[in-house]
Amino acid sequence: MAMDTQMWLTYFAKASYVVATALFILGIKRMSSPVTARKGIEQAGLGMVLATLATFAITGSHNVLLIVAGIAVGVLPTWMWGKKVAMTDMPQMVALFNGMGGGSAAAIGASELIKYSGTGTAPPTSIIAFAVVGALIGAISMTGSIIAWAKLDGRMDKRFTFSGQQYFNFAIFIAAALAGAALVLWQLNTPLVITFFVLALAFGVLMTLPIGGADMPVVISLFNAFTGLAVAFEGYVMQIEALIVAGMVVGAAGTLLTQLMAKAMNRPISGVLFSNFGGGGAQQEIAGSQKPIEASDAASLLYMADKVIIVPGYGMAVAQAQHKIWELSQALIKAGKEVKFAIHPVAGRMPGHMNVLLAEAGVPYDLIADMEDINPEFKTCDVAIVIGANDVVNPSAKTDKSSPIFGMPILDVVDARQVIVIKRGKGTGFAGIENALFYADNCKLLYADGKEAANKLISELKAIESGGGH
Amino acid sequence: MIDPFIALFIFMLAAFTGHEIISRVPVILHTPLMSGSNFVHGIVLVGAMIALAHADTTVGKVIGFIGVVLGAGNAAGGYVVTERMLQMFKSSKDKKG
Repeated sequence: MAMDTQMWLTYFAKASYVVATALFILGIKRMSSPVTARKGIEQAGLGMVLATLATFAITGSHNVLLIVAGIAVGVLPTWMWGKKVAMTDMPQMVALFNGMGGGSAAAIGASELIKYSGTGTAPPTSIIAFAVVGALIGAISMTGSIIAWAKLDGRMDKRFTFSGQQYFNFAIFIAAALAGAALVLWQLNTPLVITFFVLALAFGVLMTLPIGGADMPVVISLFNAFTGLAVAFEGYVMQIEALIVAGMVVGAAGTLLTQLMAKAMNRPISGVLFSNFGGGGAQQEIAGSQKPIEASDAASLLYMADKVIIVPGYGMAVAQAQHKIWELSQALIKAGKEVKFAIHPVAGRMPGHMNVLLAEAGVPYDLIADMEDINPEFKTCDVAIVIGANDVVNPSAKTDKSSPIFGMPILDVVDARQVIVIKRGKGTGFAGIENALFYADNCKLLYADGKEAANKLISELKAIESGGGH
Repeated sequence: MIDPFIALFIFMLAAFTGHEIISRVPVILHTPLMSGSNFVHGIVLVGAMIALAHADTTVGKVIGFIGVVLGAGNAAGGYVVTERMLQMFKSSKDKKG
């Protein structure tokens, strides 16, 4: 009789998983369109709650307090952290949560492998094989994501390289794969399981260390796809179809997304992972000098302009200047000028990140233009304001073959009649490259903090409009 | 047990599904979508819960517990940040209202 009840409870849970999985797929589909995106995440969230609650029908009372405690320990800090983190820091949060998912998949693999170690009663080879492969990918995704998080969060030097690094990393990966193969084909024993995990975790760290911050979005997206795959494989181990389907859907969607991002940055994925980016290599000398401008002069240029294009970059978000910039734009619009925002595909830290930041400041998205749409318009634009963007407006990407960013699509800001670059100082961008734009004849630099510069421009503009000046 | 070849078919079909459903995503949604799919693989929590429920040894319980904590963190954190990002996407009409 008790057996019978358990059977029905399992059926109930499995039916709930079917519904949850459908909600995930619909949710992801809806999240790929701006109109339905908010509904999409709510649906996927509903699926997650349903699947989690239904699982208690399978687990019964065994270790149930531990399970509830584990959920509480996992949910509370991440929920609160996610609620209060600044929009600018979202990419590293995604990396961190993704690493947790990879770690969870690796833990499932570990618990199954340890369970059968030395007992002599091994489950079918296919189960062990999936457990090993899922654990390998999950472990790499976990430590790799943590390094990505640390780098984006500024807790770690941008890059770490040594000679022969790629061979060393490759050797570690082969060693991890061999240890995994031995677990599947030879025998399960605890020391070998531990060796396997140490090697896999180490490889995740090692493969991410040499990758520069500018390439991190692609790497995070790749690890996101990795975690999806790891979840799918561990889903087979646990014989839960929902994990297989949801994990694989994310694995495939994440892979496509990684390709789209890499394409937007014009960096082949292999280049991101295996070549050393930035620094080194003799670049062309840049002729000319950087010409500073005062806020009052910049404001008169704006006052006389008919068409203004604003090019925001991550630096604007760091300075928390997006609200002030929107205020400035509103003042310009009120004065009868055409104002647009030009967004490079990788402005911010990830494709689409800048759109989120501008949306947060209240900029309606009909004023925001993508690179392909806005590039021809720079020629007819009187003033282009570059704030906190650097590498994505560097004309060297088109003209200097020796530049590390050569070939990357850029915003043709240099075509504008007048360019005003708002910048804190004379430093280089994220990729550490000199920017030829800053030396161009039609470019003036307004040295100031982004917020302060926007403030000054607003008040100077008001002064000019009221006919006064200072 | 699921036949390994049936599993391979499920893998394949799910992979095509994942590829298909996001193939027309605009650039502005790349980051929220990555975050949203990051949330969805938080379903790993379910696997970790069952692994912990089956654990009998101390080592097994510790590993299972870690799995549940990490999986729950993935799901909860992933949901909150995605929801916050997508809340920003209001059309110009919503804003004026």
